[in-house]
Amino acid sequence: MKKLITLIVLFTSTVVSAGTLVVNSNQSGESSKAAFDAYVDAFRAAHPEVTVVVNEFEHEAYKTAIRNFLTAEAPDVAIWFAGNRMKFFVDQNLFQDVSDVWADAGLNDSMASTKGSLTVDGKQYGVPWGYYQWGVYYRKDLFDNLGLNVPKNWEEFKWVCAMLKKNDITPITIGTKFLWTAGGWFDYLNLRINGYQFHMDLTAGKVSYEDPRLDATFAAWRELIDPGYFLEDHASFSWQDAQAPQINGEAAMYLIGNFYVPTLESAGVVDKMDFFQFPTIVEGVGIAEDAPTDTMHIPSGAKNVEDAKKFLAFMSNKEAATNWATMGGMLSPNKYADKPTNRFSVMGAEMLAAADDIAQFWDRDANPDMAGAAMEGFQEFMVKPDREAKIRARLEKERARIHGDL
Amino acid sequence: MFPTPIQNYSLKVNIAYRLLLIFTLAVWLLPLVAVMLTSMRTFEDVLAGNYWTFPEETALISNYTAVFEGGKMGRFFLNSLIITLPTVFGTLFLSSLAGYSLAMHRFKLNLLVFAMFIAGNFVPYQILMIPVRNISIEMGVYNTHIGLIIFHIAFQTGFCTFFLRNFIKELPFELIEAARADGATEFTIYRKIILPLIIPALAALGVLEFTFIWNDYFWALVLTQGDTVKPITVGLDVLRGQWTTSWNLVSAGSVVAALPPVIMFFILQKQFIHGLTFGAVKG
Amino acid sequence: MTFWERNQLKLAPFLFLAPAILIFLIYVIYPIIDSIWVSFHEWNGMDKNGTRGNGNPNWSWVGLKNYVVLFTDDEEFYVSLFNNIRWLLFSLIAIPIGLLLALFVNQSILGMRYIKSLFYFPFVINAVVIGVIFTWFYNPKYGALTYVLSLFGLDPIPVLADENLATYGIIIASFFPGIAYTMILYITGLTGVNREMVEAGRIDGASGFTMLWHVILPQLKPATLIAVVVTIVGSLRSFDLIAVMTAGGPWGSTEVLAYKMYQESLFNYRMGYGAAIATILFLIMDIYIAWFLYRLFKNEKSEK
Repeated sequence: MKKLITLIVLFTSTVVSAGTLVVNSNQSGESSKAAFDAYVDAFRAAHPEVTVVVNEFEHEAYKTAIRNFLTAEAPDVAIWFAGNRMKFFVDQNLFQDVSDVWADAGLNDSMASTKGSLTVDGKQYGVPWGYYQWGVYYRKDLFDNLGLNVPKNWEEFKWVCAMLKKNDITPITIGTKFLWTAGGWFDYLNLRINGYQFHMDLTAGKVSYEDPRLDATFAAWRELIDPGYFLEDHASFSWQDAQAPQINGEAAMYLIGNFYVPTLESAGVVDKMDFFQFPTIVEGVGIAEDAPTDTMHIPSGAKNVEDAKKFLAFMSNKEAATNWATMGGMLSPNKYADKPTNRFSVMGAEMLAAADDIAQFWDRDANPDMAGAAMEGFQEFMVKPDREAKIRARLEKERARIHGDL
Repeated sequence: MFPTPIQNYSLKVNIAYRLLLIFTLAVWLLPLVAVMLTSMRTFEDVLAGNYWTFPEETALISNYTAVFEGGKMGRFFLNSLIITLPTVFGTLFLSSLAGYSLAMHRFKLNLLVFAMFIAGNFVPYQILMIPVRNISIEMGVYNTHIGLIIFHIAFQTGFCTFFLRNFIKELPFELIEAARADGATEFTIYRKIILPLIIPALAALGVLEFTFIWNDYFWALVLTQGDTVKPITVGLDVLRGQWTTSWNLVSAGSVVAALPPVIMFFILQKQFIHGLTFGAVKG
Repeated sequence: MTFWERNQLKLAPFLFLAPAILIFLIYVIYPIIDSIWVSFHEWNGMDKNGTRGNGNPNWSWVGLKNYVVLFTDDEEFYVSLFNNIRWLLFSLIAIPIGLLLALFVNQSILGMRYIKSLFYFPFVINAVVIGVIFTWFYNPKYGALTYVLSLFGLDPIPVLADENLATYGIIIASFFPGIAYTMILYITGLTGVNREMVEAGRIDGASGFTMLWHVILPQLKPATLIAVVVTIVGSLRSFDLIAVMTAGGPWGSTEVLAYKMYQESLFNYRMGYGAAIATILFLIMDIYIAWFLYRLFKNEKSEK
């Protein structure tokens, strides 16, 4: 019995010794975990005086867990996302101002391109570690077999879908169980039809969900839904489940982020794959792309702020920054990092450099509460398109509750 | 005997009955068998969509070692033990004291206290969630083993006190009266007379409580965040995130998470059933 | 005689009960009251150090507003409430199935003891694992259900992605431990059935269903009562399976009050609103608590 008690005391003691740095991470997938572990190991090597403790969370579960732990017992560093998702916590005073890290580690220079998405009222509240393009990853072999070319505009895109469908290939794979993949489709359709500014006004809650300008967005979406171009039963699948049909050659296209590439490599189909930019829909609308930025933050409740700042500042280390980003299929926000060599990343970097505007992503640009409700609506629309009016009315009510009357 | 013993029927019926019994059992256990089979498949087998055939090539050992090596399964498993065992002992101790008192002492508020324990036992967790989380944060036990242990002891004490009070009430009161006449103190009576007599009940409750606490998911989700504290139920989420489509590893992890209560059940089945059905015969 | 010796019969109950009562008051009774109090406020849960109320801008009295919004302006609340009712009614199906299986295996043949334990043991498997297994079972691409349907030439049914089926899909997963539990209760009940009454029934020509209905079931009443209470309490608490299997989806159609409460309080930081949902859940449960206590005290009285 005595032994048992000693054991319990030993394990239950959470006395955190000075020099212990607690990092909460959502990098749960096999390749992203390996990429993050590499960064942590590099940091350990450079700062042997700091003991790094990493708590791992499943990527989806983390979105709720962070809300719990930030207000209860915060870690010293938390991985999160730029844009409105970060601002939500900044507004609640849950993230610390880290402008000094930016200044001291020279990030104002090396991370200039992503600085805006981490700035609130002129102060920086986090440090980015990677960003990536979204676009259409497709089976080049299937396209070649059917003599299909990369579609440049909406008519061509629908034609390609029709041809694939005719040949018993699922044109578009998608798994909407965790909703955000549907957000990607909405983003692109709306950006290509109504443009960047309108889209940003919508995410900021300044436009009604019943606004007639959105009619065209939903109508274009229906042009893909009604003929059955999306993977059947997609609401049953996670984004990982939806990879299988494409890997097995049963589905041709996948609108997803570049973090998909490590999976394609390990599944051995990467040579059959290629990438294209989401096609133009309305001529003359500026080309905007989704390029979400993933970040690190120091919670207000952090106990070891000093070492946490070292951990963030370590992003100025060119090699560590390069490794973390590239191993996870991302681009490094550090402009001194090695240029990507992976062809998908090269294409992505070029595409983003040429884009007129960059959006974060639906659930990072919109208020979290609203983003969740909206993506549920998008998922429902993709399965039951006839409910469009009802869904939009519901979203508008939700918008009015969160953002107030227009 | 009801239904009529099968032995009273013809041989044909007997054979049919046994075949049907095996068939029913097979259907009943199908999901579990599938998981166990999958937990020893190779990843190639899983990718090819073979779930229902017996695996030609087994990866039993490599899958299970992968579960413990790649993830933090060992840590989560240990956390579950650290949370569960003290909770079981603590609950049994407090509720046997309370149960003895409620059964054998006459005082004004006896029934009221008893009712409080029973009522608390049926309360939906959600009504406790916000305040318990705040209390834990304020006492500095949020995200610690001890925080979960204290809460579980408190909540489970309701059920266990109810159970033990009824059990002790069945014991002959004369025993206690005789001891009191001999000048034994109340604590001596509890320790020397009551405790030895309620060992079967404690064993039954112990295995039951072990299962309840081991299987807790909700409170672990609300009251923990670190890998050094998370029990295996929540830890399994982490592993699912890591292995996403590697169903063989997810299955192996699930088997490990489910195992301790199952083993306990098979070893202590009699106590277990006694604990579960107490009050079902007379109530 | 010392003070202790003279008064120990009066003091002992207090000392014996104090630890249990104290811890129970802190962690169960006070939280119930506090939750109800919080439900009359708007609060985002942001202040840890007991500053709640002292002019804290995050904490304000709103009276019954949370309840009014719930009942008049929140469709999701009705979806959750309706799902809770479905859980309540349909999870009771586990009870007759458990009884049937109990009757089916209540024979003394070689090895029956082991067969029975194989029927029972799913009860001890945790909900997370059951959820993982059944999510996989329902997977329309490679799940067992799809396989079975294909044997009959039928198309896959995406149970967990269909707003009308998903809740039933989860309830069926809950049957697995539920049926095992009621089986255990009934088998124990059956061993206690009065043999003479069964024999008398046989002489009167009763058999099969008549015997079950008129002779056996009345004697199994205590087991049935416990099964009903435990099933109902469990169905109102349903959270784990939903969190693991659908996370409330598709589009919120499988949410129940317990899940919605968790989401509103921890994800949306609407603690007051979440507390109001919890209070409603608590009031529903109170009906059963009151009924259970009433029965218990009636029994206590009749024993005296």
